[in-house]
Amino acid sequence: MSINKKVGLFIPCYVDQFYPNVAISTLELLQKLGCNVSYPMNQTCCGQPMANAGYERDTVATTQHFLDTFESFDYIVCPSGSCVHHVRDHAPCIEGKETFQKDIQHKVYELTEFITDILKITDIKGTYPHRVGFHSSCHGQRGLRLASSSELNQPVFNKAKQLLAKFEGLEWVELSRKDECCGFGGTFAVTEEALSVQMGKDRLQDHISKDAEIIIGGDMSCIMHLSGIASRNKQAIKFKHIAEVLNEAII
Amino acid sequence: MNHPVQAAKFLEDKSNAKWHDETLWFVRDKRDLSSKSIPEWEKLRELASGIKDNVLSNLDSYLVEFEKNATKNGIKIHWAKDAEEHNQIVLSILEEKDCKAIVKSKSILTEECHLNLYLEENGVEVVDTDLGERIVQFLNQPPSHIVLPAIHLKKEHISEIFHEKLQTEKGNNDPYYLTQAARKHLREKFLAAKVAITGVNFGVAETGEFVVCTNEGNADMGVHLADTHIACMGIEKLIPKREHLGVFLRLLARSATGQSITNYNSHFRSPSEGKEIHIILLDNGRTKQLGREKFRNSLKCIRCGACMNTCPIYRRSGGYSYGSVVPGPIGSILSPGIDLKKHSTLPFASTLCGSCSDVCPVKINIHEQLYEWRQEITKAQSSINAKSIAMKIANGIFSTPFAYKISGQIMRGSLKILPESVTYSNLNTWGKERDLPELPKQSFKDWYKNKGNE
Ligand code: SF4
Repeated sequence: MSINKKVGLFIPCYVDQFYPNVAISTLELLQKLGCNVSYPMNQTCCGQPMANAGYERDTVATTQHFLDTFESFDYIVCPSGSCVHHVRDHAPCIEGKETFQKDIQHKVYELTEFITDILKITDIKGTYPHRVGFHSSCHGQRGLRLASSSELNQPVFNKAKQLLAKFEGLEWVELSRKDECCGFGGTFAVTEEALSVQMGKDRLQDHISKDAEIIIGGDMSCIMHLSGIASRNKQAIKFKHIAEVLNEAII
Repeated sequence: MNHPVQAAKFLEDKSNAKWHDETLWFVRDKRDLSSKSIPEWEKLRELASGIKDNVLSNLDSYLVEFEKNATKNGIKIHWAKDAEEHNQIVLSILEEKDCKAIVKSKSILTEECHLNLYLEENGVEVVDTDLGERIVQFLNQPPSHIVLPAIHLKKEHISEIFHEKLQTEKGNNDPYYLTQAARKHLREKFLAAKVAITGVNFGVAETGEFVVCTNEGNADMGVHLADTHIACMGIEKLIPKREHLGVFLRLLARSATGQSITNYNSHFRSPSEGKEIHIILLDNGRTKQLGREKFRNSLKCIRCGACMNTCPIYRRSGGYSYGSVVPGPIGSILSPGIDLKKHSTLPFASTLCGSCSDVCPVKINIHEQLYEWRQEITKAQSSINAKSIAMKIANGIFSTPFAYKISGQIMRGSLKILPESVTYSNLNTWGKERDLPELPKQSFKDWYKNKGNE
């Protein structure tokens, strides 16, 4: 299961600060899967929040910095669909370095797609005796196509489910609205506060009404928003990032 | 118009907002079932998108071809550069026919031109004959949705309106009863009107004909009883050939309501004896939009409304929260091109979830254009003085300062030291209905360093 390549760990700034366990789990998981992983210490925010707020042009320096930081790796892996989507598809073009930038962009992967598409592991053995709901982040799902989208007439797939569903004891919850947005949306969470919160409440309710015990997500930003609402309303449902679950459950 | 303010207002009535969300989700669900019953659905979308791309790249020649063929068929073509010209043309035809009352079937384009108001000011009675449109017209409201104009109203409310306007029985909410009352009322209007106005769904360049799609048959009723038919058409409504209708008609109804086909797809080619057909071709900012490379393909829209039904924002904020003629995702990429300042909050009324782009039958990259409009709006910020939005956004929890602050650990520090009330007043918008995550003892970076890595 091991690959002889250098994997650079790309940890979103808010994960670094608020959810170190997600980053630790990602690191440990990749190591368990046989990767040679390291974390370049001088990485910073990738610029995604600014770009989505309409300031893409102000992220040239950040983007340049990202390219320099991760230049020497064969793969760059990140436990966030949203940040990968930004680096790959939205980061401003660095003039004069177009090919260099393209090369690096092609090496950036979200964690689950790295496992299923590059490591080609689809059958991880493990135990996770819980009833779980999965929250697909929209940027991961429709941006990176980590799962089929309910609007399209296409074969159904979900890379996270591919990895989780075979765990012993794990019960997968089917939601009424399979891939509705949770309402986080970066700055949207603040500029459209009322809508954001309502969307989050509705999303939570879908999981709760199906008796999900734990909501697993691929993006901590969505989870931060959902868990913030659940905690305020004293809802007992728990939250995990998929890296934590895979790392805990794997034998 | 400020979307966040309007949305918050809409959400105050929780049960109504929930009902609105569920009603539109029901339509989206029907669309899903219907689109998934056709194995070649994605191919159809691809084709439709390609045909429309071709139209937009060759719009000039298709327009000339259309004019030539329509004229040959005995149709009178008029060109209008903006709403004012459009309305003047309509009025001049009405004056020539000495017509003081018209019937009109659903047309977003005439809403865009505020034709009703203009004609009424000039002494012409306008009756919208689509049931939903008639209902909002009774209330003096614009449509709140481009396919389902009165979707924001419950049947109890409609019953009240009809009781007042059409003297129906008080408290009788039976949809059949109410529809019959509207039918009777509209029939009189149909019979009296000498001129009927319709919109246009598709204009066929090769034949000079045009197609109008309605579910109620009201366009046909109006047109066939009147002596003169005025068809108001945006210049982007063209398709090259009649055979292309096979692609678009299959997509349109399924996307709009989940029906396999709209009930009435009426083809108009040439006027019958003694009657007249006029087509007004309207620009009103469309060529400008065509010139904007990043936003051009918004003109591919066939007005099916699917992006509204799927949008988690639209469903929970209602059509009026957008303050634009076309609401919802497509409205949010069309309207800033018309008035950037007025509509500057619209591209931000989205989480960029991308559902609109995946649902769109002509594959408009709606959410990517929302992203691009954000870039334009922040650039124009000083000239449009949109401080309130842009500054708020810049100070938002995940934007520039915050992102940099947390990477500098200031945020973590202050969160630990300050009492909850103070952090919540700093981050008060986030904290109104959400808790912040509990702070870990150390960041990942610190953990990694402590493990002996540098
Ligand atoms: S943008 Fe697409 S989905 Fe929205 S109304 Fe137009 S055609 Fe329909």
